[in-house]
Amino acid sequence: MENIPRDKLLGIYECMLRIREFENKIYYLFIDGFIPGTIHLYQGQEAVAAGVCANLRKDDVITSTHRPHGHAIAKGVPSGSLMAEIFGKSTGCCKGKGGSMHVGDIDVGMPPAIAIVAGGIPVAAGMALAFKFQKKNSVAVSFFGEGATNEGVFHETLNMASLWNLPVVYICENNLYAASTHIEKAFKITDIAKRADAYGMPGRTVDGNDAVAVYSAAKEAVEQARAGKGPSLLVCNTYRHGGHSRGDACTYRPKGEKEEWLKKDPLIIMENMLLEAKLLSADGIKAMKEKAEQEMIEASEFAKASPLPAPEQALEDLWA
Amino acid sequence: MKKMSIAEALREAIREEMVRDERVFCIGEDIGITGGFGGAFTVTLGLSDQFGHERILDTPISESGFIGIAIGAAMAGMRPIADFEYGDFAFCAMDQLVNNMSKLRYMSGGKVKLPMVVRVPVGATRRGAQHAQSIESYFFHVPGIKIACPSTAYDAKGLLKTAVRDDNPVMVFEHKKLYGAKGARKVEGAMDVEQEIPDEEYLIPFGKAEVKKEGKDVTIVATLRMVYESLAAAAVLEKEGISAEVIDPRTLIPFDWECVMDSVKKTGRLLIVHEDNYTGGWGAEIAASVAEKAFDYLDAPIKRVCAPDIPVPYSPPMEDFYIPSAEKIVKAIKEII
Ligand SMILES: Cc1ncc(C[n+]2csc(CCOP(=O)(O)OP(=O)(O)O)c2C)c(N)n1
Repeated sequence: MENIPRDKLLGIYECMLRIREFENKIYYLFIDGFIPGTIHLYQGQEAVAAGVCANLRKDDVITSTHRPHGHAIAKGVPSGSLMAEIFGKSTGCCKGKGGSMHVGDIDVGMPPAIAIVAGGIPVAAGMALAFKFQKKNSVAVSFFGEGATNEGVFHETLNMASLWNLPVVYICENNLYAASTHIEKAFKITDIAKRADAYGMPGRTVDGNDAVAVYSAAKEAVEQARAGKGPSLLVCNTYRHGGHSRGDACTYRPKGEKEEWLKKDPLIIMENMLLEAKLLSADGIKAMKEKAEQEMIEASEFAKASPLPAPEQALEDLWA
Repeated sequence: MKKMSIAEALREAIREEMVRDERVFCIGEDIGITGGFGGAFTVTLGLSDQFGHERILDTPISESGFIGIAIGAAMAGMRPIADFEYGDFAFCAMDQLVNNMSKLRYMSGGKVKLPMVVRVPVGATRRGAQHAQSIESYFFHVPGIKIACPSTAYDAKGLLKTAVRDDNPVMVFEHKKLYGAKGARKVEGAMDVEQEIPDEEYLIPFGKAEVKKEGKDVTIVATLRMVYESLAAAAVLEKEGISAEVIDPRTLIPFDWECVMDSVKKTGRLLIVHEDNYTGGWGAEIAASVAEKAFDYLDAPIKRVCAPDIPVPYSPPMEDFYIPSAEKIVKAIKEII
């Protein structure tokens, strides 16, 4: 941590706060009926998106999943257009065509999130292949849950990515559950980083609630990819605070498990670190929180005030 | 008699078949986890308490794998019921479904049997393009797969039981908005189609359509939720003096040609409704066959009311525009009468 500049650390913290505030807001807006369909919230996993994306440039790209709001904020999708998309408004980052599970904005390096589990894994490698052809030193990062690593396409792609030395970084957010299925019920070997050995790429596991640890590990992986030294797999151990999606009371979780994880809330860990290192005062933290809160109030006001698309706009945007 | 939603009727069908035949088991994601959902739409809720986790088998997220495993198990003497949480994920298992499930019996010269059921939830429910597709037509095209599309709780139970006892692969397409209108997992716009289900066991044979409403001016063929839109349209038309006959084929493969042909011969007009998009939809095949075999009886061009040829959009006004409605059916019928 000593050798990470203060600005960087504050930037990561700010990003985490913004994600938390955004998701808290979405939670209530969903209950209040502003949001159609369903939502998959990211509270508890903020350190991963913030820590990883703090290493990325605008010309780097990410792929995301059914749980994409945090990734979108961390990669720089403006909160207003993100919220408007989740509301289904025409001012949304996908003009209301995508929705909560498909947010993204290619202008900041995020194609629409892919809600077919593991669907983004090869797509990230494809973007990395393009960068290699084009001799750009951009990097592709793919976010996915531990559940995704049991899809065949994970195996197919990591082999090719390694074989061809692609500038791609695989970030597995291990939050212990894939919907209701605990990792112990879906894996013989739960140490997912070990799988990297089979593909001949580095595999590492970090505390995914420790944003500094995530940042540092991702930094190595991103630099390696950018230097043309190939892909890696980084497993971040974390926990989602809420349900898998709307209307999930988490009755498949043992009592007390969530409480234990709440003690390891990534925001608290980061705050304590910043306070202890005297990089930020309690007042400073308060001010940053208020700023994030204010931003998300404005985002929701923007989303509420925005118009819905006209029905016939459904017919636009199919062909290039 | 007991009142049941479609989700409950399907659950009872599975329960009865699993009690009756120990070769029957369920396989899929999040179907039996204790404290879990019982599948994305509660169909298998509680079944693992009764049958244990070996027969309500939860899988990792590995669609191609678990469908292939169901195929192998079926060939080796079991009778699996596989569950895709959302039909859209069936595309992850397309190779197993199309290259293996539909073909292994034929390739064996009729020596092997694949008695298996694949349950496929379909329909748009405000979730965007990848949790919304109506995918019956992809499989309608593939020889070797039977296709059931229950629109009522009574049909759901009887057709699923028949599917389990069939010695061929059967895909059962279930509409998400028809599962039930109660409980935490119901979807926005869910319809209440609860129905009294007899206590006695019953089966519904494949290839037997049901005439949901008799009429003499136009024949409407529709499945799943579109049956209800068609009936609503027929009610509107009735007031205007147009008498529509509404037919629910209940199974697409085999298809009850006799019922549809007889109706068309009576009405002289045919309209087909499905939530899947136009091009290459199963409605095109029905239209083509009726044109081939009953052209002389037709008094007007055959019409289709289907979704437009676009992915399913997310935002409510656009999604509503996408999904065929009673209004669009009325309009289309007025164009041919
Ligand atoms: C191919 C596919 N299968 C199943 C699903 C249904 N589904 C959505 S999220 C999910 C669990 C995903 O778990 P994980 O990859 O660990 O991500 P997390 O939800 O924990 O972020 C499942 C099974 C899906 N969207 N896509």
